[in-house]
Amino acid sequence: MPNDHGGSGAAVPVSLPARLLLLADSRLPAGGHVHSGGLEPAVLAGAVADVAGLAGFLRGRLATSGLAGAALAAAACAHASAEAPWAWARLDLEADARTPSPAQRRASRAQGRSLLRAARRTWPHPALDALAALREPHHPLVQGAAAAAAGGAPRDAAAISAYGAVTGPASAGVRLLGLDPLAVHRVLADLSAEIDAVAAEASRETGDWAALPATSAPALDLYAELHQGAEPRLFES
Amino acid sequence: MGAHHEHDPHEAAPAHGRALRLGIGGPVGSGKTALTAALCRVLRDELELAVVTNDIYTTEDADFLRREAVLADDRITAVRTGACPHTAIRDDISANLDAVEELEERHGGALDLVIVESGGDNLTALFSKGLADRQIFVLDVAGGDDVPRKGGLGVAAADLLVVNKTDLAAMVGSDLDLMARDAARVRDGRPVAFTSLREHPGAPEVAGWVRGVVRAARAHGRAHANAS
Repeated sequence: MPNDHGGSGAAVPVSLPARLLLLADSRLPAGGHVHSGGLEPAVLAGAVADVAGLAGFLRGRLATSGLAGAALAAAACAHASAEAPWAWARLDLEADARTPSPAQRRASRAQGRSLLRAARRTWPHPALDALAALREPHHPLVQGAAAAAAGGAPRDAAAISAYGAVTGPASAGVRLLGLDPLAVHRVLADLSAEIDAVAAEASRETGDWAALPATSAPALDLYAELHQGAEPRLFES
Repeated sequence: MGAHHEHDPHEAAPAHGRALRLGIGGPVGSGKTALTAALCRVLRDELELAVVTNDIYTTEDADFLRREAVLADDRITAVRTGACPHTAIRDDISANLDAVEELEERHGGALDLVIVESGGDNLTALFSKGLADRQIFVLDVAGGDDVPRKGGLGVAAADLLVVNKTDLAAMVGSDLDLMARDAARVRDGRPVAFTSLREHPGAPEVAGWVRGVVRAARAHGRAHANAS
């Protein structure tokens, strides 16, 4: 099945070569394991306490910040695939505008910085070097640029970003609540079609940055802010 | 792809001009924070020091170090490890690298030594060479005198094994000679230091070892600089 390199979002299944599987793999040493994607504050607030609650959280996250992040990743991938000079600072501002919570912006930038280090060592590419001028670019920008550096298309970048938007918090749920990891993976399997749909929607339009989805979740924004003052806390975000 | 300089800033021995990175690991309660504090007190007047703590729960270790005023606040950073202390020092060192690099930037590249204290962990925990140039593993006699015999990556492979709280040996029925023999056998001749921070708050033997590795790294750095 050939990849859909047009970024048109047609319902062609993503088929990732090994270079891109590396970017999707949670073993990639890019700092993701210290972030819970807002799950820890949701657990502290009592909003998530079991597998069913986790499933609802993941579905909500995927449809909101997951979609916006995947769209930014797809746009970044298309942009990195173009010729220099790159306008990373402007796309970074688009990410800022879609991330209302200062705590979430900090978390996104921290993960962007770590992923950028990993990506530059793994898939050296001038677009990643240019992105490094921002020092701490937003995470989805680095996801997209890294996908391009690894030979991927916008649709691949969106898929990897949307996938990470749920697998990260799912893993945090296993650690924080002692949930049955098999039950959690069943939840992820049940979400697979939604992840694919979000990736397709996110990569529909990659050229007009102002028109990128700006979906967010006020509850996630609030939790992120509350989390900053929470002690004890195990995750950075 | 254009030409890319494959500059690797994490060689086994530090390149000229960067601080030596020393990992201190070991089980919960073995005395890692107390040893870190002791090293800071003893070495802060002769070396430019900074510390990164990896706390399992809170910034407690960093707060302890600040409260004890062993170093100025801007020389101590706490990292959260997402409930996986060994991941943060071994499999995915990103958060720690970010913290170390930030400390180095903040102090204008003048640091001689950055101590990275791990969260309390198990006997298989080992620092990645991408994070630590040298590492100390801290056990305590109350953890059982069979621990060195059991080995484990930390016990066997650390550059220095510290067996702390020797003052408790008689009370907990631990045989120090046995621990020394077992440690020597699994460690291939690498050094072991028996300490009691209660009796010798300056940990002189460990501090001496640290001075030696910092000196050796500097000499290596100079040779490195002269060669290039």
